Amino acid sequence: MRTAVAAGEARPLRIGLSLTRSVAVLGGGALLLAVILVLGVGLGSTQVSVGDTAAILAHRLLGLPIPQTWPATAETIVFDIRLPRVLTAMLVGGGLAMAGTVFQAVLRNPLADPYVIGTAAGASFGAALGIVAPLLVPALAIGAGSELLGLGVVQLLAFGGGLGTVLLVYAVARSAGRVQVITLLLTGYAVSSVLAAMVALLMFMSGRALGAIFGWLMGSLANASWTALSFATPLLLVSFVLLLARWRRINLLLLGDAQAASLGVDVEREKLVLTMLATLATSAAVAVSGTIGFVGLVVPHLLRLLIGPDHRLLLPASLLTGAGLLVLADLGARLLPGGGIPVGVVTALIGAPFFLWLLRRSRLTRVDAGA
Amino acid sequence: MTAAVAAPIAAVRGVRFGYARHGREPLGVLRGLDLELHPGELVALLGANGSGKTTLLRLLSGALRPDAGVVEVAGRPVGEWPRLALARQVAVLPQHLELPEGFRVAELVAMGRAPHARRLFGSTAEDEQAVERALQDADAFDLADRYPFELSGGERQRVLVAMALAQEPRLLLLDEPTLHLDLAHQVALLRRLRQLHTQRELTVLAVLHDLNLAAAFAPRVVLLDGGRVAADGPPDEVLTTETIERVFGVVSEPVFSSDGTRLIALRVD
Repeated sequence: MRTAVAAGEARPLRIGLSLTRSVAVLGGGALLLAVILVLGVGLGSTQVSVGDTAAILAHRLLGLPIPQTWPATAETIVFDIRLPRVLTAMLVGGGLAMAGTVFQAVLRNPLADPYVIGTAAGASFGAALGIVAPLLVPALAIGAGSELLGLGVVQLLAFGGGLGTVLLVYAVARSAGRVQVITLLLTGYAVSSVLAAMVALLMFMSGRALGAIFGWLMGSLANASWTALSFATPLLLVSFVLLLARWRRINLLLLGDAQAASLGVDVEREKLVLTMLATLATSAAVAVSGTIGFVGLVVPHLLRLLIGPDHRLLLPASLLTGAGLLVLADLGARLLPGGGIPVGVVTALIGAPFFLWLLRRSRLTRVDAGA
Repeated sequence: MTAAVAAPIAAVRGVRFGYARHGREPLGVLRGLDLELHPGELVALLGANGSGKTTLLRLLSGALRPDAGVVEVAGRPVGEWPRLALARQVAVLPQHLELPEGFRVAELVAMGRAPHARRLFGSTAEDEQAVERALQDADAFDLADRYPFELSGGERQRVLVAMALAQEPRLLLLDEPTLHLDLAHQVALLRRLRQLHTQRELTVLAVLHDLNLAAAFAPRVVLLDGGRVAADGPPDEVLTTETIERVFGVVSEPVFSSDGTRLIALRVD
């Protein structure tokens, strides 16, 4: 038989990822990210020479005994302003891209992004409440400046709002111990609508704080700080490690609930765990930056087109790519004339046409289905 | 029969099951079903639409829990099996399965190894051998580097069989495996399943619709009607003119081929 002959040939069977390719993809990505990091820290409206930038970073980050030849202002700009901002961009971009990857797999929906089941609406409501409440109720203003874990009230409310809303949506969508994807999406949409209306109401009542709420909704990295980073980074890392450890189960979910179950996956439990881990990363990102769109939707698609749908590689790659892209977008936002336009505007203005181009060019469009 | 001596690989006793409906009575599907499958048996499951065939398969794979009665696999109630351990006993070839794009066939078949996975990121030599053997046994080795959209209906079905074989189950459940296949592929698939059943000492339970194909395929035929077993035994005893009319509401008559094989001729008018 024809097949018997073919099977007899000594053709190596590749059943999984090639290690060399994985190392090349992730190593290359990490290297590129390092270059982007230096670019992000080195470039800005104030000129700091490449040599000074490198020296300051080596001195402060690596603790190298380098004689100080740079002006003190340069050190402040590089270390206290630009570096936390670039690191925050990396954290936010990486977190959103990774969470988007997980949501698209769990919801088996190519339109899913990290915000789709209520994180953004919940966080926005929390933030708006944090901004407006002290103005409306003067007694609250006393506590408004206080901090917890290095976070302001607005950031904490945004974090709690995002996480709490997804828990609420999940609980409402659950019926007879099961959560159906379509119910989850529609519940998320309904709850988000209510919260969006409440945010609009708060904006209407906010008076002079309108600009603050608006800026938060568009997403910005201008408030980046070391303290906010020290809160969000561990959350992101924990979420990443736990998600990556579940790569096999995420892949199996792509086969559909029934087949995943017959391959030994506790589907309902797994969906809840994955949703909450991805939401943890999303809420941490949103708390420090506001709602930056687009990264979480597009990076997963981009990577599926480039490296395939295996989450073993897709998860770390999305972290690196999202991180790099948001640093570049923020660099654009800082350097473009007009100074300090919201980074979310840049991600959408440049990212969306690029994505369309990629989509049209690619012959592997079917890979992009996400399910 | 030797099968009667061995303990059953699967046993269904007095099982009732209904699908919950919001604000209404549950939709009763199984109404006191009893069935035993013995190691190494090859069984065709027949019945009208809605008679409970797919539901029975879902109960056996642990995807559903019975409302009443017991479903056992290898002597242990399905609900008491850890999921991964159950997945090493029972594999399912479902009626509908959309293969996710972007994975090569070899990678998809390797997903069948999930219940056996022992490494966090890689695969063991054992996994690789099992995948290779599954691809060869399912006659899908040539397809290893293809993507799902490059597969015809018949090739797709071979890939699904390979995925189930990679799982190395003792019991293989197939839900209408011949659906959407042309005649040649139907026969080829059933012939392959029969070979595998012998080679791997697999117990096979396959939902089929074509009565003659079922009779040619399996030495034992189970006929479901209204959530119960209406008849169970060798094809010639089960698929009688009376039973076929009672269960399917279709008039038929037996005809005999030159070698004496009993065939069922259906009357359309």
